[in-house]
Amino acid sequence: MSGIFQRISLIFRAKTDKALDKLEDPRQTLDYSYQRQLELLQKVRRGVADVATSRKRIELQANQLNTQADKLTNQAQKALEIGREDLAREALTRRSGLQQQLSDLQVQHAQLQGEEEKLTRASQRLQAKVDAFRTKKETIKATYSAAEAQTRINEAFSGISEEMGDVGLAIQRAEDKTAQMQARAGAIDELLASGALEDPTGIAKDDITLELEQLASTSDVENELARMKAELSAGPGAAPQAIEGQQVPSQQPPTQAPPPPRLDAQSPQEYQAPPSQSQEAPPAQPQGDLR
Amino acid sequence: MIVRILNEGQWRLTDEAVRGLNAFDDAVEKAVSAADQDQLTRALHALLERIRTTGTPVPDEELEDSDLILPAADSTLADVQQLLSESEEGLIPG
Repeated sequence: MSGIFQRISLIFRAKTDKALDKLEDPRQTLDYSYQRQLELLQKVRRGVADVATSRKRIELQANQLNTQADKLTNQAQKALEIGREDLAREALTRRSGLQQQLSDLQVQHAQLQGEEEKLTRASQRLQAKVDAFRTKKETIKATYSAAEAQTRINEAFSGISEEMGDVGLAIQRAEDKTAQMQARAGAIDELLASGALEDPTGIAKDDITLELEQLASTSDVENELARMKAELSAGPGAAPQAIEGQQVPSQQPPTQAPPPPRLDAQSPQEYQAPPSQSQEAPPAQPQGDLR
Repeated sequence: MIVRILNEGQWRLTDEAVRGLNAFDDAVEKAVSAADQDQLTRALHALLERIRTTGTPVPDEELEDSDLILPAADSTLADVQQLLSESEEGLIPG
C-alpha cells in the first residue's frame, strides 16, 4: 500500500515531528499540550452546538415553508370551489416553487444531521484520547528517566496530535458547511419576511389571497342579499309569525281584511319590531348587573 | 497496521488485509490524477468499506499513531488535493 495515503500520513507525521521539535523540554510542555487539547475539545463541542443551531433553523424554515404550502393548497381549493381555475392554477404553481425550496432544505438538513453526528462522535473520541493522554502525562512525569520520557512523550504526542489534526479538519469542515447553510438560510428568511415567496412573480403581495377575499366578500354580499330576499318572500308565513302571534288573533277576526293591504302593513311592523325589542332589552340587563 | 479514516477513527488491519487494499489504492490515485469526482467517490467508498469490514476499530482511549491516513468517505477532489498540498501550518494544533 503506497501512493497518496502514505503521503497523507507523512504530512500528518511531519507536522507532529515539527511540533515535537519545537519543544525544548517535552516534560514541561506536556501540560501545555494538554491545555491545547482541552481547548480543542471545547472547540469541537461548540462546533456541535453550532451545527445543531443551524439544523434547528432549517427545521424552523421548513415548517414555515410547509405552512405556506398548506395555505396555497387551501387557496387553490377555495378558488376551485368558486370556479376560478386560473387562480387555483396560480396557487398550485407557487406551491410547487415552495416545494422545490423545501426539498433543497431537506437535503441540507440531512447533511447537517450527518455533520452533527460526525462531530459528536469526534468529540467523544477526542475526549477519550485526551483522558488517555492525561493519564500518560502523569505517568511520564512521575516514573521515567529523561531518555525514557522522551520516547513515551513522542508516542503520546503523535497519537494525540493525529487525532487533533483529524478533529481540527472536521471542525473546519463543519464550519465551512454551516457558513454556507447560514448564508442560504438567511436568504430564505429574507424571502419569508418580505412575502416574496408567496408571490414569485413579484407583481403584488399575495394577490391570490386578495382576489379570493374579494370574491369571498362579493359572494358573502350575494349570499346575504339572497338570504334577505328569501326572508322577505317567505315573510307572511315565517318571520312575521313570531311578532303577529299575539296581535293577529285580536286583529284578524273583526276586520277580515284582504291579503294585499296586510302585506304592506306588516312590512313596516317587521322592521320596527326588532329595534323596539333591542331598546327594551339593554336597560333590563345593566340594571340587573349593576345592582 | 493501523489505518485512520479521517472523521471516522482508526482501524487495526492485518498485513494480509492491507495487501488486499492495494487495488483500491490505485483506483483512488487514478481518480485523483484524472480529476474524476464520481470515480473518486466510488473508489473511496469501496476502499473504506473494505477497511471497516476487514479491520477492528481501535478503542477511543488508545493513543496510537496511524500508519496510513485516508480521506473521509465524502471527500471531494478538492478536499483530497488540499490534504496533499496542505501547508505545514495550522493542521495539527499543539
